[in-house]
Amino acid sequence: MNKTVNQKAWFFVAPVLILVAFNAIVPLMTVVNYSVQETFGDNVFFWAGLRWFEEILRSPRFHDALGRQLFFTGTILAIEIPLGVIIALAMPRKGPWVSVCLVLMAMPLLIPWNVVGAMWNIFGLPELGLLGKTLNMIGFDYNYTRQPGDAWFTLILMDVWHWTSLVVLLAYAGLVSIPDAYYQAARIDGASSWAIFRYIQLPKMKRVLTIAVLLRFMDSFNIYTEPSVLTGGGPGNSTTLLSLDLVKIALGQFDLGPAAAMSLIYFLVILLFSWIFYTVMTRGEEQ
Amino acid sequence: MARITLKNLKHAYMPNPVNDEDWALKELNLDWDDGGAYALLGPSGCGKTTLLNLISGLLTPSHGSILFDDHDVTGLPPEQRKIAQVFQFPVVYDTMTVYDNLAFPLRNRGVDETTVNKRVLEVAEMNDLTATLGNRASGLTADGKQKISLGRGLVRTDVNAILFDEPLTVIDPHLKFQLRSKLKELHTRVPNTMIYVTHDQTEAITFADKVVVMNVGEVVQVGTPKELFEEPHHTFVGHFIGSPGMNVLGCEVKNGQAYIAGKRIQTANKASAKAGKSEIGVRPEFVKFAGRGLEARVVKVSDAGRFSVVEADSAGGRVRLLVEEGGAIPSDSAHLEFDPTATRIYTDGWLAGREGQP
Amino acid sequence: MARAKWLIPTIYIIFLMLPIYWLVSMSFKTTNEILGSFTLWPQNFTLENYRTIFTDPTWYTGYINSIIYVTINTVLSVTVALPAAYAFSRYRFLGDKHLFFWLLTNRMAPAAVFALPFFQLYSAIGIFDTHLAVALAHTLFNVPLAVWILEGFMSGVPKQLDETAYVDGYSFPAFFVKIFIPTIAAGVGVAAFFCFMFSWVELLLAKTLTAVAAKPIAATMTKTASSSGYELGLLAAAGTLTIIPGAIVIYFVRNYIAKGFALGRV
Repeated sequence: MNKTVNQKAWFFVAPVLILVAFNAIVPLMTVVNYSVQETFGDNVFFWAGLRWFEEILRSPRFHDALGRQLFFTGTILAIEIPLGVIIALAMPRKGPWVSVCLVLMAMPLLIPWNVVGAMWNIFGLPELGLLGKTLNMIGFDYNYTRQPGDAWFTLILMDVWHWTSLVVLLAYAGLVSIPDAYYQAARIDGASSWAIFRYIQLPKMKRVLTIAVLLRFMDSFNIYTEPSVLTGGGPGNSTTLLSLDLVKIALGQFDLGPAAAMSLIYFLVILLFSWIFYTVMTRGEEQ
Repeated sequence: MARITLKNLKHAYMPNPVNDEDWALKELNLDWDDGGAYALLGPSGCGKTTLLNLISGLLTPSHGSILFDDHDVTGLPPEQRKIAQVFQFPVVYDTMTVYDNLAFPLRNRGVDETTVNKRVLEVAEMNDLTATLGNRASGLTADGKQKISLGRGLVRTDVNAILFDEPLTVIDPHLKFQLRSKLKELHTRVPNTMIYVTHDQTEAITFADKVVVMNVGEVVQVGTPKELFEEPHHTFVGHFIGSPGMNVLGCEVKNGQAYIAGKRIQTANKASAKAGKSEIGVRPEFVKFAGRGLEARVVKVSDAGRFSVVEADSAGGRVRLLVEEGGAIPSDSAHLEFDPTATRIYTDGWLAGREGQP
Repeated sequence: MARAKWLIPTIYIIFLMLPIYWLVSMSFKTTNEILGSFTLWPQNFTLENYRTIFTDPTWYTGYINSIIYVTINTVLSVTVALPAAYAFSRYRFLGDKHLFFWLLTNRMAPAAVFALPFFQLYSAIGIFDTHLAVALAHTLFNVPLAVWILEGFMSGVPKQLDETAYVDGYSFPAFFVKIFIPTIAAGVGVAAFFCFMFSWVELLLAKTLTAVAAKPIAATMTKTASSSGYELGLLAAAGTLTIIPGAIVIYFVRNYIAKGFALGRV
């Protein structure tokens, strides 16, 4: 659509601008401010320069948290994206079952995140939970509160449970937007189901899948509540992801300087990765 | 290439059809000659696309059978029927080049690359696509895309028939004519059986040697464009083809003769013995003002260039007739005369004497 | 192969329902049963946990608080997003693209980064521990989202609609309220749904910005879990109750969800 140039449109945007600016710019400036100062309480601040940034970037604690974060995000993306696509492909296209599937699948998305954590906490309990008890009964020595491996397994399973539906819904929306004629033409051209997937379904899903990957990337990098309720970052620090660590430093220890510096690095990492993903995935579309 | 035979074919989209209206396609027997250019003409929702999809195998008929050269293909899926189909909205594989699009149906069938290359170049040449072979198919205009869809059908050497489902719907008006003559030209070069679905009589008549006219799920007439014009087998055909369409007037029948308001009308056929609603059909081209005949009152005259379309009310209903430029048009009451060789009696819509026979 | 296709969504849905079932089933069990023996379904069916929640104000006010701030947030987000989305979909103006992108980056902001500055900012202006504080904080990610979704729907409405209305003598506000908004009602529904959803499920900010008066139900639960030991039945019942509003909302918008996602605007 060709749009008319109209500077008065700023009046329409003004309420949003004021609201978001109040919410985003003021706090962000606070963070930047803290990140270059040191405090010993009582609102007395000293200039610290880039010391906190250096300290954070060099600290093994941050490296470990970032490493765990990347492992977590990589794993859930590698599971949720293909799984979501497979489920979307297998879903019925019309009929009464579509609504049933959509409603049931959207359920996990609307449960408060701490309830998700609490639910999996209960579900995985070795003696009282359905999952924990079952795994132990069939011979696994499963205890997510004590063994890091089990904690990771539960954490990833919980995220797959929580968020795969988002990928399914997006991929499904991409699939149903393909006109029937494409499938009919492909059948007449003698295309195999793989060829149909490769040359019709996948290209048509590319846009929504880009969004799915971006959203899952951003949200998994931001994840806090669920792991904090499920494992609290433990056992030890084995499941302490970036935001868990950040909240520990900021609200737990009240180390404002390092916490602020870490916040900014964290935010920049997300922006950088999102930008890379976006550029790579939309490259070629412009040609 | 093959002759296509439809035997007692019937189709319903619902599992247990009860009423007549439940059938999207009513019982049908029809032969399509090998190498013919056919048009399937009718208003939207008359079952044309259903019939087309039954032939291509995208639908399986609820009843009856389909034969290609006397082989029963009723149960076969589309890929085994050796059919090509061009759809209303152009279908191209966006991520592939024009070349790969054209090669796709051959590669799916495991044809070797030398043959693929030879066929693709041939077909590209026929469709004026040679210059764009290396381009991404997604960047093409609608008519370019439609040429690719068509090319994917022509590229195969084993095709029994090419089916077109209103292929010019999304094409710009000035390109429609071009593409249509292209099709006609292709048919002379590649003498495949072609079936062209459309709701546009001009498209049907310019493309086809034979036109199959459909209405509410049944075939009402099969014939050359000339036959459809001169001897419509159903009032629907008379009405749908020709502009303005055939006049259909209410009448009474006594002893096989037709009367309007007590006045005898001479007709080419005799009324059938069957009871039913009787009507007289006559095209505007075969009505003229005369000293005597059916009484009527002129209500409207519209100028259509070389002639005028005159509308007059008679006891049988509104009559349209054509008067050549400069011809006298009575201002009020007049008498109308019908050409007896082109005036026919219809019973319940069907031409009297051959009810239910398309 | 084709016939077994329905198995995949079925197995997935069963997988989704198992933890929910476990939570619901536990909410009907007595503490003795939960701790005493492993049972697949409640042996001594009890509503005691629910009775506690509905009679103890520290519990049920949590629900009321959550619903209040989620509602304020949804109404606020959609209301301010409507004119902005209209501007983005219809006009070009200085800095429009940068502004749109900047709005979207806020969707990426980790709540953890903003928790502390929000706490200080809202305390400074004296709205700490109010419903408004949480509702305002959630606009940080809901307003960009609502603008994004609504812009998608509005771009689908031809400009001729606007022009016809002006020719018919409508003033801009009258056109916007009486003609334009009803035309994109589905979009407003989808936007409201997602605002509701993200505000309802978020806890970190909601918990940080409240103490007593506006404390969300989710925070009450966290406290129970940590302070009073294992009151699992009560926790399960409270959790079950938080699923219900979401389930009701999904049911009403089920036909729009796919449409909203189809625009790729989430």
